[in-house]
Amino acid sequence: MARSLKKGPYIDFRLENKVETMNEAGKKSVIKTWSRRSMISPDFVGHTFAVHNGNKFIPVYVTENMVGHKLGEFAPTRNFRGHIAKKDKGKR
Amino acid sequence: MARIAGVDIPDNKRGEIGLTYIFGIGRRTAQKILAEAGINWDKKVSEWTEEEANAVRLIITENIKVEGVLKSEIQLSIKRLLDIGCYRGLRHRKGLPVRGQRTKNNSRTRKGKRKTVANKKKATK
Repeated sequence: MARSLKKGPYIDFRLENKVETMNEAGKKSVIKTWSRRSMISPDFVGHTFAVHNGNKFIPVYVTENMVGHKLGEFAPTRNFRGHIAKKDKGKR
Repeated sequence: MARIAGVDIPDNKRGEIGLTYIFGIGRRTAQKILAEAGINWDKKVSEWTEEEANAVRLIITENIKVEGVLKSEIQLSIKRLLDIGCYRGLRHRKGLPVRGQRTKNNSRTRKGKRKTVANKKKATK
C-alpha cells in the first residue's frame, strides 16, 4: 500500500542533514548509508550514495529520473546466477 | 460502422461495450464518455447518428489518451525504469513479474511458456 500523502515522503533524518550540509558547502563526496528506505528527494540529484545491500555498499549515482524512488531500489539484495546444472546436483 | 480513434470499428454492440474495443477505454471510461456526449449508454453503436458519433470522437481526441499515444507512453515509462537501473527495471529486463509476486511457480504470463530442463535419469534400484 502506498504511503499516506499527508505524512510526506520519508527521508532518513540524518541522511537528509548530511546532504543539506554538503549542498551548502558545495562539496560532493560519497555518502555511505544503510537507509535503503529513504526516498530520493530532489536535493539528492548529482550525489553519489553508497547504499548497503546487506553485504556491501553499492555506489548509486542519483539522476533526476530517480527522484521519488527509494535508495534501496538501486542496490539489489539478491544475487541470482542461475540454477545449478542437474548433473552437479546429483554428484554433491 | 463507426470509425473512432483511428483503426477501431466497434459495431452491433451497445455503445458502452463498443467503445471498450479501443485500447485505453474500459467500461467506466466508456460510460463517462457517453454521459458527456449525452448518449444513452444502452444505445447500439449502429443506431448512433452522425452527430453523436462525432461528439464521441471529439471527446476522445480531446481528453483521453488512447491507442498509439497511450502505448508509447507506457513504453516510455518502462524505458525510464530500465534506464535508471532500479529493481522494477531489472525485473522488466529479465521478463519476470515486477510487483513482487512469487516466481516459484505460476507467473507464466511474464515468463512465457514453460522451458523444461532435461530430466535427470531415474536411479535404478
